[in-house]
Amino acid sequence: MITACAVDDLPVGESMRISGEVAIAVFNADGEIYAIDDTCSHQDASLSEGWLEGCFVECPLHAALFDLRTGVPTCLPAKKPVRTYSVVVQDGMIYVDTRSREAVA
Amino acid sequence: MRTVAVVGASLAGLRSVEELRKQGFDGRIVVIGEEVHAPYDRPPLTKAFLAGTLPAAELALSDDDFAAEWKLGVRADRVDPSTGSVHLSSGEIVRTDGLVIATGGRPRALPGTAAMSGVHTLRTLDDAVALQADLRPGARVVVVGAGWIGAEVASTCRALDLDVTVVEAAPVPMERALGATLGALCADLHTDHGVELRLGVGVAAFAHNGSRVTGVVLRDGSHLPADVVVAGIGMEPATGWLRGSGLPLDNGVLCDTGCVTSIPSVVAVGDVARYRTPLGGHVRHEHWTNASEQPVVAVRNLLAGATIETFRPSGYVWSDQYGVRLQIAGETAGADEIAVIDGSPDDRKFVAEFRRSGQPVGIFAMNNAKLFGRMRRQLAAATG
Ligand SMILES: Cc1cc2nc3c(=O)[nH]c(=O)nc-3n(C[C@H](O)[C@H](O)[C@H](O)COP(=O)(O)OP(=O)(O)OC[C@H]3O[C@@H](n4cnc5c(N)ncnc54)[C@H](O)[C@@H]3O)c2cc1C
Ligand code: FES
Repeated sequence: MITACAVDDLPVGESMRISGEVAIAVFNADGEIYAIDDTCSHQDASLSEGWLEGCFVECPLHAALFDLRTGVPTCLPAKKPVRTYSVVVQDGMIYVDTRSREAVA
Repeated sequence: MRTVAVVGASLAGLRSVEELRKQGFDGRIVVIGEEVHAPYDRPPLTKAFLAGTLPAAELALSDDDFAAEWKLGVRADRVDPSTGSVHLSSGEIVRTDGLVIATGGRPRALPGTAAMSGVHTLRTLDDAVALQADLRPGARVVVVGAGWIGAEVASTCRALDLDVTVVEAAPVPMERALGATLGALCADLHTDHGVELRLGVGVAAFAHNGSRVTGVVLRDGSHLPADVVVAGIGMEPATGWLRGSGLPLDNGVLCDTGCVTSIPSVVAVGDVARYRTPLGGHVRHEHWTNASEQPVVAVRNLLAGATIETFRPSGYVWSDQYGVRLQIAGETAGADEIAVIDGSPDDRKFVAEFRRSGQPVGIFAMNNAKLFGRMRRQLAAATG
């Protein structure tokens, strides 16, 4: 588990990037916090800079749309999913499990 | 409508096939593509693919064949709209009820270099493979043209530690799209990274040793030694195969506001399509997002048999140069005022708004994808 930020620092509709061995993007989608790979599965773009709409994020480079719950893209040009990560919110802080869900499963 | 032929198997062709299925067409789709490759992504050809960091297998645009018949390595030689038949280079004739023209364009070649090795254009995967093979350590590269393609090739060649000169006939690169100040900023990107930039001077001739290029002679008399020359001087829409078809052609395939040609069962999409704008006049774009978005509207109108929807361009373009991401949206070319609204051009991280008579018409950003994305939506909402 790593600390992302305080809940108050990630208002609804906002996103942030945690750098590290694998950069992770954290989103507040209408109060629900999600974490996915920050780097788009298509080419070189940072999904934390994307456009959040419901529980989907649109890649800022070529507009592939990823489901934050599953990491699966819903349209081209992305073909592969991004990894998703478990999030824990405790005492006003957001924590992310940096082992991806598939690795844990 | 039972059969639709899609001519051109690249981004616009593939997206048309995808849209035909998405919009419920369950008839026969025949795709005719001159290149032997299944649809692949061109933008990396100047960037990660040329740099050697993205393998060719990663360029494929889709894993799905959408239950279409893909005739690759086959050219459409001509079309007869009165009988709906497309004549192929294989001798085959495909009879169709609907036709999607998605033949894109071919790069302009430098005059007088046809027989010279070491001189390249860059449009296809095969072009990129050939250029890459020539980019040996120590090669001196001259890029002619400082537009998007030329700038990206120069940037990638510098990343490969090659010696690069860029020659541009205009006094400021990208001036039409970005204006003099931001165009000068693009020029600085080159010179900051060790590129020799020769602005405001044209190419007079090429020196060679009988078979291979050895240098470029400029109009001011100077001589640039070169092992590799890359032309980034634009492209011509691929409409030669449509001559004699009766379809109106003028710097592309002329179509209405919904990408429909003079024949309701024939539509044109992507780099080849010159469509009518709601204000009158025709425009043609040479950008990825346009080729991806037009098929949505064109296919809807094709299946309806009439223009029931108008295409609205996003004008979105991106480019990666020297580690800087450039993004444009809207119509920057017609602006009378440019205001930096966030960040600073000196830091290579900013967003600028282009205005006409005080109204926002376009946006340009360097390294600020997040704010650019928000402003791009605001602009679309305001101008829509
Ligand atoms: C090197 C490069 C880098 C680029 N980078 C960017 C970028 O960073 N950002 C951006 O926004 N845009 C970029 N673009 C532009 C973008 O790739 C094009 O806008 C896009 O490819 C247009 O798609 P299209 O399907 O309309 O045409 P094309 O991709 O040109 O495809 C047309 C296809 O039709 C085939 N064809 C032609 N004639 C016939 C015929 N008679 N019969 C059968 N097949 C035929 C051709 O062989 C070709 O495969 C770049 C382009 C290039 C070349
Ligand atoms: S980089 Fe994300 S869609 Fe292309």
